[in-house]
Amino acid sequence: MMSNIIRTKNLIHDYPKCDEDGNVIGSYRALDDVNIEIEQGSFVAVLGHNGSGKSTFAKHLNAILYPTEGCVWVNGYDTSAEEDVWNVRQSAGMVFQNPDNQIIGTVVEEDVAFGPENMGVKTKEIWDRVNYALNAVRMNAYREHSPNKLSGGQKQRVAIAGVVAMRPKCIILDEPTAMLDPVGRKEVISTIKHLNKTEGITVILITHYMDEVIDADRVYVMNNAKVEMQGTPREIFSNVEKLKEIGLDVPQVTELAYELRKRGISMRDGILTIDEFVEEYGRLVK
Amino acid sequence: MLKDITIGQYYRENSIIHRLDPRVKLFGTMVFLVSLFVADNIFGYIIATLALLGVIKLSRVPFKFIVRGLKAIVILLLISVSFNLFTTPGTIIWKFGILKLTYEGIYNAFFMAVRLIYLIIGSSLMTLTTTPNDLTDGLEKALGFLNKIKIPVHEIAMMMSIALRFIPILMEETDKIMKAQRARGADFESGGVLRRAKSMVPILVPLLISAFRRANDLATAMDARCYRGGEGRTKMKPLRYKKGDGIAYLVYVIYLGLIVGANYL
Amino acid sequence: MSIKLENVNYIYEDGTINRFRALKDINLEVNDGEFVGLIGHTGSGKSTLIQHFNGLVKPTEGVVSYNGEDIFGEKYNRKNLRLEVGLVFQYPEHQLFEAEVLQDVAFGPRNQGLSEKEALIKAKEALALVGIGENYYNKSPFELSGGEKRKVAIAGILAMEPKILILDEPTAGLDPKGRDNILELLKRIHGERKITVILVSHSMEDIAKYVDRMIVMNKGSIMYDDSPKKIFRYHKELEEIGLAAPQITYLMQRLKESGYDVDENATTIEEALKGLNINA
Repeated sequence: MMSNIIRTKNLIHDYPKCDEDGNVIGSYRALDDVNIEIEQGSFVAVLGHNGSGKSTFAKHLNAILYPTEGCVWVNGYDTSAEEDVWNVRQSAGMVFQNPDNQIIGTVVEEDVAFGPENMGVKTKEIWDRVNYALNAVRMNAYREHSPNKLSGGQKQRVAIAGVVAMRPKCIILDEPTAMLDPVGRKEVISTIKHLNKTEGITVILITHYMDEVIDADRVYVMNNAKVEMQGTPREIFSNVEKLKEIGLDVPQVTELAYELRKRGISMRDGILTIDEFVEEYGRLVK
Repeated sequence: MLKDITIGQYYRENSIIHRLDPRVKLFGTMVFLVSLFVADNIFGYIIATLALLGVIKLSRVPFKFIVRGLKAIVILLLISVSFNLFTTPGTIIWKFGILKLTYEGIYNAFFMAVRLIYLIIGSSLMTLTTTPNDLTDGLEKALGFLNKIKIPVHEIAMMMSIALRFIPILMEETDKIMKAQRARGADFESGGVLRRAKSMVPILVPLLISAFRRANDLATAMDARCYRGGEGRTKMKPLRYKKGDGIAYLVYVIYLGLIVGANYL
Repeated sequence: MSIKLENVNYIYEDGTINRFRALKDINLEVNDGEFVGLIGHTGSGKSTLIQHFNGLVKPTEGVVSYNGEDIFGEKYNRKNLRLEVGLVFQYPEHQLFEAEVLQDVAFGPRNQGLSEKEALIKAKEALALVGIGENYYNKSPFELSGGEKRKVAIAGILAMEPKILILDEPTAGLDPKGRDNILELLKRIHGERKITVILVSHSMEDIAKYVDRMIVMNKGSIMYDDSPKKIFRYHKELEEIGLAAPQITYLMQRLKESGYDVDENATTIEEALKGLNINA
């Protein structure tokens, strides 16, 4: 069990439903019996459309929300134990969707220092951590800039650096690319992959962009508050029909292969890349 | 329109004045303001003028930059000057109805104008040479003693620096919302006061909602980054007095001494 | 009926250190009933460009004309122009302000000078067009889901019955279902109301699927103005400016290069199915 950085057991989350006067008249189930185990050092993606429960799930991993029923453990700490809140948040850093609304400092390096300052890290070590974090996201050249002048992708990398400077074991990114243009998306995804591969930080990427999850070690698909599918990207993308039913996209080559199969052509399942398609096509026309 | 406000602006330079500890500059501004009210003859004002010119020179901030801040107070200046000119009792030089021009009035108006102008120059000199961050840090540290009487100094300083970060964002957003509503045929320019005030609703409501959404997001993000108030917090750039700062304090003492001494001349 | 830009230049904050030339010698004509895709990375000038179409921004140099009239001419009524050229900004749901959905949508028609009754009729028609039912009329816009809010905001522009509809990234931040919903909606409106639609987008896949004509902006200039199919042939050039062709384009070209007999110009899945020349 030690190798699991995150574990949830029968996690249930209910949001209260209120009438117009603010009286609680019922509840809405946002997470229903979620059981997930995430291995230390892995790159995990959580997919789902808006309202599927994926953002609620993310907030549980950072003790921003607490389980209505069931349990969540982060780095061995139970998130519902009040005395461990800061340990949970130090172990699992969180990056949000809107890059503007999570940068606190008026200078890049000072924003990155915000987390360590809150943790009471000594001045000299704060500088070391800020240097390390800015290098890890390749934003060192902008350290004295104002965040307002940066592009969306750069702002999001600053936000990631702010989390990296807290030296977490795991980073949760809640739709970090939803508001970015294609260039910004690429920047952020390659930064995340770099952190996972070279710094060994566990990454949990919450998204609805399919092309971002192809390299993940494991994919969870959420729908109607439940984990509907889980497996490697190849296993997930073999089931195009189900993904479409849930309202998710697949990469174009995957969809093309699926359409061909529907027309009786014996393409194999789970084609994810152009290379794979070309190879399979070659086998067929020969 | 909003871009013209220069009070609170920072002028990037690396002068002796820029390098001073923000607390020194805050205290210095206070000393200067007090001295303007302590001085009661022309000699005191000559000393204050020399001191101000000296600091401006040392700060390497162009003079026109400093004077620009005065535009904002022209009307206030005119009102207080004319008030002093015509309402001070004394030897009458010229009279028109209830308006009386007196020697004492001219004297008072002159010193009032000088005081106001110096006051603005003195304080804008501080903001021009201190980054907003340093300024809030300085205030937090200098006013730290207020914590003892339950004034949340750290929280106020944090609010100030967050405001500094979000003001440009919200200004941009206002511009965007105005354009978007104009694209829906909204008209902000014509009509009387009441109609114009009413036409602001489609701007203010979305702006307010957006500000709340941002505040909410930001609070969550701060929580996630372990923010729990000022207690136990360390600093990446803590304020430390250097040698120059001590000299500055010494200069303040000498300056105040000269001002007080001038009163006996 | 057309919008025409002749030698348009636009300079931000002229005379300051922030001086920035956002548009350079733009010559462009958009004709009646076209479905145009406008693409370019952030800062390429596309947002500035669309604000010229309805006179929100005045060109530093050059002429913008609508139906042959200079929209910055002395007597030109730009308020009317804005009602004919509807502009839906990015994240338009952030501009909702009324307490009830129907009232918000009626804001535009009311500004057009229509009577209360007529304004509400227009609002209802627009809501029906975007697929928002009567049970939503009296709801607060802030109770709706993200996709619904966006539809209401788009209805707010449609209620003014614009002849030209411009949308700045109308699918940003939506999930795939929400995105397809909005794009299908635009296609339907384009067909039913016979209006011109100008769609600003980052997604080449969407552009390839929906538009007849595509304009690529780079550093304030128009780089390409042609059918998507023709433009995607320049995928290497597109990549250099931070864009990319749809994945299908890359696949078909790779297959062609590998010596297979396929149609390398296919850009959508439907076209690829035909162009692959493969049968069961």
